[in-house]
Amino acid sequence: MTAHRGHVLTVGQLSAGYGETDILHALDLEVPPGRITVIVGANASGKSTLLRTMSRLLAPRQGQVLLDGRSIHQTPTRELARTLGLLPQSPIAPEGILVDDLVRRGRHPHRTIFSRWSRDDEAAVQSALGATRVTDLAERAVDELSGGQRQRVWIAMALAQQTDILLLDEPTTFLDINHQIEVLDLLIDLNRARGTTIIMVLHDLNLAARYADHLVALAEGRVHVAGPPEQVLTEDTVSAVFGLRSRILTDPTSGRPMMLPMGRHRMQEDHGAQS
Amino acid sequence: MTTRALPIDPTPADRDRRLARQRLTVAILGLLVCLLFGLTLVLGQSYTPPADVARVLLGQDVDGASFLVGTLRLPRAVMLLLAGFCFGMGGVVFQIMLRNPLASPDIIGITSGASAAAVFMLIVLSLTGPVVSIVAVIAGLGVALLVYVLAARNGVAGTRLILVGIGVSAMLHSITAYILSSAPAWNLQEALRWLTGSVNGAQIEDAPPLVLALAVFGGLLFTQRRNLEALRLGDDTAAALGVPLARSRIAIVVAAVGMIATATAVTGPIAFISFLSGPIASRLIGSGTSLLLPAALIGAILALAGDYTGQFLLLPSRYPVGVITGALGAPYLLYLIVRINRSGRSL
Repeated sequence: MTAHRGHVLTVGQLSAGYGETDILHALDLEVPPGRITVIVGANASGKSTLLRTMSRLLAPRQGQVLLDGRSIHQTPTRELARTLGLLPQSPIAPEGILVDDLVRRGRHPHRTIFSRWSRDDEAAVQSALGATRVTDLAERAVDELSGGQRQRVWIAMALAQQTDILLLDEPTTFLDINHQIEVLDLLIDLNRARGTTIIMVLHDLNLAARYADHLVALAEGRVHVAGPPEQVLTEDTVSAVFGLRSRILTDPTSGRPMMLPMGRHRMQEDHGAQS
Repeated sequence: MTTRALPIDPTPADRDRRLARQRLTVAILGLLVCLLFGLTLVLGQSYTPPADVARVLLGQDVDGASFLVGTLRLPRAVMLLLAGFCFGMGGVVFQIMLRNPLASPDIIGITSGASAAAVFMLIVLSLTGPVVSIVAVIAGLGVALLVYVLAARNGVAGTRLILVGIGVSAMLHSITAYILSSAPAWNLQEALRWLTGSVNGAQIEDAPPLVLALAVFGGLLFTQRRNLEALRLGDDTAAALGVPLARSRIAIVVAAVGMIATATAVTGPIAFISFLSGPIASRLIGSGTSLLLPAALIGAILALAGDYTGQFLLLPSRYPVGVITGALGAPYLLYLIVRINRSGRSL
């Protein structure tokens, strides 16, 4: 549970993609350690590709992803899995698996062929179940749970892995708004309590601006702009990244910027002429 | 809402009860294997008292029992036991790794590949001995590679792999049938063995390759058992948990094919044992424990019980073990196909 704060993850001149086509083009990014970084961008801007490359699921074509100066694609995968965790967009729960058993899988990188289940393993699992408030569900089957509960269970598994860096690919997709907030609050708890560096892709710009310390906007496989949400979420950014007219207000509940999209319809006359 | 001061209960009672139940289930399966093994030795067309069987096993000469038990029943029981282990464990490994109960080696062509190779070696080239097992293993790996290559397009999708496998399997099956029917010394026993699997005429000399296969490939699987469990969560999650995907998959496939093919080279492709053992084990054991050992035990139970049924319970006719297990497996196959069609899911 001791967080070695300050594992530094950097992306240098990264090009990657599937098949023939590159989706990322010489992308540079530095992830601030111990903070929450949120990646946003339009469809096909390379968000998921970036996350997959940063978590070594996809090999770069050019450039590299460095963890403390060492290429993650050359680090043994088990060793890497003790520092860098990932929650994929649609993980698969085997039919009938119980919550407790799923969360225990998170200890995989800490175990060897012959090692028995240790006190540390047990403590990590219990703490992960507690932190995500699924202790009471431990003996339930994962397939019976609601979407929000299931996502908390998957996060619990990633927590049991006890990595200092955690990547999440759209952790709030398919969740009701209350569960979206619940999951994002949980990630803030985790960041504050353990100093875990969190990097996630989010679809919702307003939630991204509210929960990010560091907001990264991608466009066409490059970082369009990155920084504090106040500097990143501007009408210009929304226009350049999404091709959308918008107004930016200050969210009265969080003090963070908040984007109101402007379409062709349902616009009041006095606003319609702006920008 | 902090994560620090949570009480840590190292042994939640519910979990303990569940694990105890799982251990008990495995113990009962083990006991059943022993009972069926004993039954095969003791009771055939005539009854041999267990005391006489024990004396034969200890190497003493017992009038009347030595031949019956030592030459006829013991090799049969040993081959069924070993082949059952191999088919059960090898089968569940494929089903787990490909996350689909239909992806068992007897459906996707690996067993038929090994069988066709063995028939070719034995009947066309008149070769016997370890070389048959070795070639069967190589053929099994070759079929696995062929099915993989034919099914791979932007990644291997489960359903495509299974359909390709069924096609390859049918092709290999017809090769086996062709070799058998054009063989000069046509013999029904032999044909049945290579088409559905049989232990008629089993010899104790056939046991060592199977023991070796279980030791080597079983050992390899033992080192991969946790990776295999992690692979059930999908490739992405498994990689995130530190499973070296390519290396792990190769080791698992080689081990599983090695077991299946070695067993096939001796007993023929005993129908559906691979296919049935995993799902039965999963039903009985439930979540959280490796299915390798339970599936192996169930494989042995199916083989021993299937053979005993075919030999003595359906008199006056006698059927080879593969006919019985085939009759058991076919309805389950239909059920799975209907269920998949209805739900549109793969597992």
